Amino acid sequence: MSKRIDVSDLDIYYGDFLAVKGVNMAIEPRSVTALIGPSGCGKSTFLRTLNRMHEVIPKARVEGKAVMDGVDIYGRDVDPVEVRRQIGMVFQRPNPFPTMSIKENVLAGVKLNNKRLSRSDADALVERSLRGANLWNEVKDRLDKPGSGLSGGQQQRLCIARAIAVSPQVLLMDEPCSALDPISTLAIEDLIAELKADYTIVIVTHNMQQASRVSDRTGFFNLEATGKPGQLVEMDDTTTMFSAPSQKQTEDYISGRFG
Amino acid sequence: MAVQTQSPTGPTPTPTDAAPSFATTASGRRRKRTNTIMAVVVTVAFLIALIPLISLLVEVVVRGGKMISWDFLTTDMAGVFGDMTTGGVEHAILGTLQITALATLISAPIGLLAAIYLVEYGTGRLAKTLTFFVDVMTGIPSIVAGLFAVALFALLVGPAYRSGLMAAVALSVLMIPVVVRSCEEMLRLVPNELREAAYALGVPKWLTIIKVVLRTSLAGIVTSIVLAIARVIGETAPLLLTVGIVTTVNTNMLDGRVATLPVFAYSQYAQDSQGVGADRAWGAALVLIVMIMLLNLVARFISRRFSIAEK
Repeated sequence: MSKRIDVSDLDIYYGDFLAVKGVNMAIEPRSVTALIGPSGCGKSTFLRTLNRMHEVIPKARVEGKAVMDGVDIYGRDVDPVEVRRQIGMVFQRPNPFPTMSIKENVLAGVKLNNKRLSRSDADALVERSLRGANLWNEVKDRLDKPGSGLSGGQQQRLCIARAIAVSPQVLLMDEPCSALDPISTLAIEDLIAELKADYTIVIVTHNMQQASRVSDRTGFFNLEATGKPGQLVEMDDTTTMFSAPSQKQTEDYISGRFG
Repeated sequence: MAVQTQSPTGPTPTPTDAAPSFATTASGRRRKRTNTIMAVVVTVAFLIALIPLISLLVEVVVRGGKMISWDFLTTDMAGVFGDMTTGGVEHAILGTLQITALATLISAPIGLLAAIYLVEYGTGRLAKTLTFFVDVMTGIPSIVAGLFAVALFALLVGPAYRSGLMAAVALSVLMIPVVVRSCEEMLRLVPNELREAAYALGVPKWLTIIKVVLRTSLAGIVTSIVLAIARVIGETAPLLLTVGIVTTVNTNMLDGRVATLPVFAYSQYAQDSQGVGADRAWGAALVLIVMIMLLNLVARFISRRFSIAEK
């Protein structure tokens, strides 16, 4: 249940503005790939192109290829809605649907698509997804309460449960812990370590300790100057990146000697 | 003693300079006095603003209240002439309800769909133009809406045609822009994060709009529509042009004149501004005010019922 993604020569535009230039990257299945870099370097933008969420923004477009399972997700007859069903996403701020209960939030991907599910199947899916997100024990007695009543960390795990309930191949996480306290962060990091047994995970993070703790491979994005496009400077195994990076920029950024 | 202002060149005051004093100074007394004066001014302004409102309500309740009886509410004006004090507003109440309901049936879907277009799909020149014309339409005088409906139906059906549908079309011209504007506000309040959350689950745009955006803003949308109804239910001029007044109930919205409360009040007062006509006008006014008040209560109830539970 996990796929590999090969990105080649990907240019990302907002209108005429080239935001990210010439990314070549291989994302390995059943592993965690971390993307680090300073603010505004395009790592979140790049992440959003991987499930075509980028196009939600008016005038945003992409040139190049991102091939999953032999199929270019930017191919001519590819439906972006179908891409997003297979490549799930967890956002920076937890965003459970406020009108839905915890249970309905987990089932949102199924119910919002007008699919019918027998009660027992639904209950099983809710339990499996919430267990998968390490949230089951905390919420099993209040599944019918609104999801917005949970703490921030619980809400984020609810969003992860919601994302894995549609059985995606790949899970994209855009700074999933930046709005959370250290204990909730730890809970999410433990969860990521468990999830990588089944999913391909790509995580954007500002926290380099987090990147070194959770990821197998790390990519460093940077931009030469403000107004210039961001680019992938270097990508390697996380241990190599944090001990002996080949680029001076990477070393400066990782060691904190960077503006 | 005035409080010393610190100049940048002066000695830096330190906490040990002098014993702290919280005694009232001259400038402190002046500040308190100004505060009191301003408090009095705004309170008086508020009370003055209330005077016409309270006076109006008292007048309507006192003058209209003495007319209200079961007979007044359940008889029409068939066979009432001259100084006869019998007769009532049943036909006008029914007419107002029917025409307003029909107007809502026309305006609510058009207004809501237009608002969805503006918020979810509209980009560029078309959306800007639409917003501009909606703004212009909000300011259209109601008599113009009435003339528009008369002209439209004169072309479509014939110059002598009068019907409840005509009145509903005229009211819709006034109501649609109000519905568009307020629904647009409500839809824009839905955080973009929720739309993105749905897209990321592989939910297509149209289902996201129906099941996430509309569901999240349901309370606001229903309230907007009810308040738009309250806005047009008391319109007189377009009804005077399109349905005029009759003395009996007319339930056929496609043919014939229909009595309504505002026009009833106008015509009664016009016939007899001293005696029973004026009394009937006040009675109809009270009924109309109560209906609008009920609508506002319904709006509040609905918005509480459907609003998103906090915790």
